[in-house]
Amino acid sequence: MNKDILKINNLSITTKVNNSLMLVDNVNFSVKEGKTTCIVGESGSGKSLTALSIIKLLSPQLNMTGEIFFNNNDICKMSDSEIRQKRGLDIAMIFQEPMTSLNPVLTIGYQIREAISVHSTLANKDIEKRVKELLVLVGIPVERVNSYPDELSGGQRQRVMIAMAMSCNPKLLIADEPTTALDVTVQAQILKLLDDLKNKLKMSMLFITHDFGVVEDIADDVIVMFKGKIVESGDVNQVLQKPKHPYTKALLGCVPDAQGIKELTPIDYEKLEKAIQRL
Amino acid sequence: MKILLETNNLSKTYIQTQGFFSRKKTSIQALNNVSFSITKGTTMAVVGESGSGKSTLAKSLVRLVKLDKGSVMFDGNDLLTLEGDNLKTVRKDIQMIFQDPYASLNPRLSILQIMEEPLKIHNLYNNETRLKKIEDFIVRVGLGTSDLKKYPHQFSGGQRQRIGIARALILEPKLVICDEPVSALDVSVQAQILKLLKDLQKEFGLTYLFITHDLRIVRHVADEVIVMRHGKLVEEGKTDIIFKKPKNQYTKDLIRSIPGLISTRN
Repeated sequence: MNKDILKINNLSITTKVNNSLMLVDNVNFSVKEGKTTCIVGESGSGKSLTALSIIKLLSPQLNMTGEIFFNNNDICKMSDSEIRQKRGLDIAMIFQEPMTSLNPVLTIGYQIREAISVHSTLANKDIEKRVKELLVLVGIPVERVNSYPDELSGGQRQRVMIAMAMSCNPKLLIADEPTTALDVTVQAQILKLLDDLKNKLKMSMLFITHDFGVVEDIADDVIVMFKGKIVESGDVNQVLQKPKHPYTKALLGCVPDAQGIKELTPIDYEKLEKAIQRL
Repeated sequence: MKILLETNNLSKTYIQTQGFFSRKKTSIQALNNVSFSITKGTTMAVVGESGSGKSTLAKSLVRLVKLDKGSVMFDGNDLLTLEGDNLKTVRKDIQMIFQDPYASLNPRLSILQIMEEPLKIHNLYNNETRLKKIEDFIVRVGLGTSDLKKYPHQFSGGQRQRIGIARALILEPKLVICDEPVSALDVSVQAQILKLLKDLQKEFGLTYLFITHDLRIVRHVADEVIVMRHGKLVEEGKTDIIFKKPKNQYTKDLIRSIPGLISTRN
């Protein structure tokens, strides 16, 4: 039995202006050590907000209540400087758009170096060595260390983001739709890279996506979110093959399969509401 | 079955100078002798990664890109030599649905103005019939007549894509070129739009040229597929056959990259 690296209890997020508007509504889940948990849902379901709250990057316009335990320490009770110690070192994050999350006027080598030096006291020579190691790890030729982000393809930029996230060997990696903006072939490469790194470095992953195909490839556990609530969670095979909640069933009906056998059925929200009320 | 569009040896090379003062030129062959044909009333998917020339192909068919070589026969006309009024008539028959629903609608026009524009350009119908037509089409794509007064920013991505579809279909085209129409949308919205496109195809007997990089979608919408890489057509055929027995190594790689197949692969 793996122990929980991350445990979230009764997490709720509301706007400061309107306290009754629940963006994330009483969410409970945990991420096991060395496993990948996927959060699936449509846009607006609160999946990204949940992820951002874990490293306290929520907008100041939002109110958050609940407990977030990372290695048995409550993140919510930490001060800003304490959480800054954790960010990047213990918990790292990769974002959806590799184009906008890199600084266009700095070389990728500089940006990876920066990510390392924030948390370590290594000598410059050793940092240089570590940058090269990281580039090799994510599969970018070492000569590219002085390239600028615009000289790289989308997939390579995402690899740079991964290298930065990996720089301090984080225990937990949060990936917010890291492959949505990429081509299928590149997506497959990045997914494989993340999975290999997870196994090699014994990391845990919290992976956010709306693509059930990606979930099937990468997840151990799945959480399905709808309108800020978790409607279903469990083992990946159980959720994908024997979904219990009507929303999970409806969402799975929207996913085109590679065999082309099934008919695509868009979600009928009125029917869904009724089905949920009947539960 | 009647062939609606037939292309022969389409070629296009882009020339780039590197840097402002540099004389060094690099050329990129975006299309390299591409030939294919589409049967009326069917859907042809164009697959390939970014940079494979898919969008250049689409743009060349609506004459937004000037080709170096090749010919396109569309419904009995040589598309690439048409000029003036003849070209305008044919343009009415080929419409396009774009990838980014946030960038393809003019933010300063109301939906009514957006839908009216193609009818004005082609000088179709009187004012009364125009309005009737616009109302019919906006309802047909799943929005309401009250939405006509609104502006693009008041709609979600999926709704905007519906407006884009209505704008393309209001001219009752024969060929609709869909350039990644659902890749910017959520799965649930994606399913709605794909179903709408399928229903409209049945209703109006439309022919689609469907550009995408998602092979799962290809499987659902396409009758035939062409696979492109580095501007070349590497494989073509019926969807079923390509999925079951891909011949080209690149097609095999693409099929292997479909997410959700690892479990069946191992």
